[in-house]
Amino acid sequence: MGGTDIRTAKPAGADEELAGLEAGLDSLESVPVSRTPVGQVLRQKVAPPLLGAAFVLVAWQLVHAGGLVSEERLPGPRAVGDSFLTLWRQGTLFEIVWTSLERGLLGFLAALAIGTPLGLVVARVPFVRAALGPVLSGLQSLPSVAWVPAAIMWFGLTDAAMYTVILLGAVPSIAVGLVSGIDQVPPLYLRAGRTIGATGLRGARYIVLPAALPGYTAGLKQGWAFSWRSLMATELIASSPDLGVGLGRYLANSREAIDLPGVFFGILLILAVGVLIDLLVFSPLERRVLRSRGLR
Amino acid sequence: MHPTTITVKDAASGAAGLAPRTPAVRVVGAHKSFVRPEGVQTVLQDISIDVAPGEFICLLGASGCGKSTLLNLVAGLDEPTSGRIEVTGGRPALMFQEHALFPWLTAGKNIELVLRLRGVSRPERRARAEELLGLVRLQDAYGKRVHELSGGMRQRVALARALAQDSEVLLMDEPFAALDAITRDVLHEELTRIWQETGVSVLFVTHNVREAVRLAQRVVLLSCRPGRIAREWTIGMPQPRRIEDPTVAELSAEITDQLRKEIRRHGRH
Repeated sequence: MGGTDIRTAKPAGADEELAGLEAGLDSLESVPVSRTPVGQVLRQKVAPPLLGAAFVLVAWQLVHAGGLVSEERLPGPRAVGDSFLTLWRQGTLFEIVWTSLERGLLGFLAALAIGTPLGLVVARVPFVRAALGPVLSGLQSLPSVAWVPAAIMWFGLTDAAMYTVILLGAVPSIAVGLVSGIDQVPPLYLRAGRTIGATGLRGARYIVLPAALPGYTAGLKQGWAFSWRSLMATELIASSPDLGVGLGRYLANSREAIDLPGVFFGILLILAVGVLIDLLVFSPLERRVLRSRGLR
Repeated sequence: MHPTTITVKDAASGAAGLAPRTPAVRVVGAHKSFVRPEGVQTVLQDISIDVAPGEFICLLGASGCGKSTLLNLVAGLDEPTSGRIEVTGGRPALMFQEHALFPWLTAGKNIELVLRLRGVSRPERRARAEELLGLVRLQDAYGKRVHELSGGMRQRVALARALAQDSEVLLMDEPFAALDAITRDVLHEELTRIWQETGVSVLFVTHNVREAVRLAQRVVLLSCRPGRIAREWTIGMPQPRRIEDPTVAELSAEITDQLRKEIRRHGRH
């Protein structure tokens, strides 16, 4: 083409002028993205939940000290703290937490390995979607504790029964999260992907999956919550020396010993583990995914 | 044809249209119709266009005239009902009205993804991505996220990403329609410069008459329902042109008259 011939006709300096104009426009229109200062994070994100927890603790202590509810119905914070000290001195605290946490995490990872390809197939193959979509949504609303009797009859009082219940609780959440993530991918990205040659499996890897990540991480978060709940329900019901003592079993044992402070401490531990995993794993993951897209 | 455009006709740019080489894009008798509940609707009828290598053509028409449909056919995203479409130099690059950059990747990685899909090695990808960002004057944007860029910058990254395909043909679907007038004007200048530097063939869809006259060597006016080629203008004025040029204004007025005539015909049906 005759491009170079035309270029010589251009007045000298026109190019720099355009470059300068463009640089000016760019700096005028760019939105500076800055990190929130630490002080602000502490004030807005860290302080409120701590204050909330402190408020609950104080209210609890006041109700207890005021004698509104009898000691047998509501143990005070001190009695629950004593349950903690007992376990700590026995050296069994971490063993109990780890027994459950290990099961929960392993079960969740297995659910992840099953739920992800399942979600991908359901989202991309219309027949499978029509066939399995309603089943998955239905399973999502079925409390997974309903599977406990069946799981025990299939596998006896074993870890296999526990994992079965976890999978039945978590796999639908993870799969459904991925499906809705994929459904929300703007068609423009798929078109853009096709024009640059990302089709078939390469399209799934480079366009569909990364584009579906926000919905997928939401599904993972819910999947973890379901794993943890299912596991606690199963541990509460299934009792066997082979299974060891997890958090659910500790809770059930405390009830059998009519140890209400122990029951309360068990509840607090289960809550703490759930919150901690969410704070350490899923919230940062979700924040990273959203922030990198400018969504938060 | 407007007389002024002939007198300023530039030999170099005019030659591109007459070159005996194989066209970069050849559309021969393309028809496209869709089956709708209310019957078969013909969107494009008997469209034949050759885009010469290095030529810049603007497809002009009112909204709903099948401009984008035609572009999709050339891009290979859709099949013509009948007729032939030949494109040399592989899959054409396509740029949309929305930037269509992937928000989970940085500007640089958006470009590198295209190179990766073409099988370019990793170190080469990085170098080429930086080179392309330099071409659109965004050297510093390599690590920027899409949401950190302004509308104009996004479209320039999208242009760089399209160029990363190294296609001989660049298809553009109203790429500047969503930008403000100042930015659009600057991007016209930028696109002209890059077109001249790279020698890529451009098929540019727009409903903005002045934009078409500002950019193109050839303006093709589509009539509506069905979309047919109504008229064609060859513009010999050398680049860079300015949108304020009296010649641009005069020819724009002529083309606008024609465009309105096409639109009015539909009112009588």
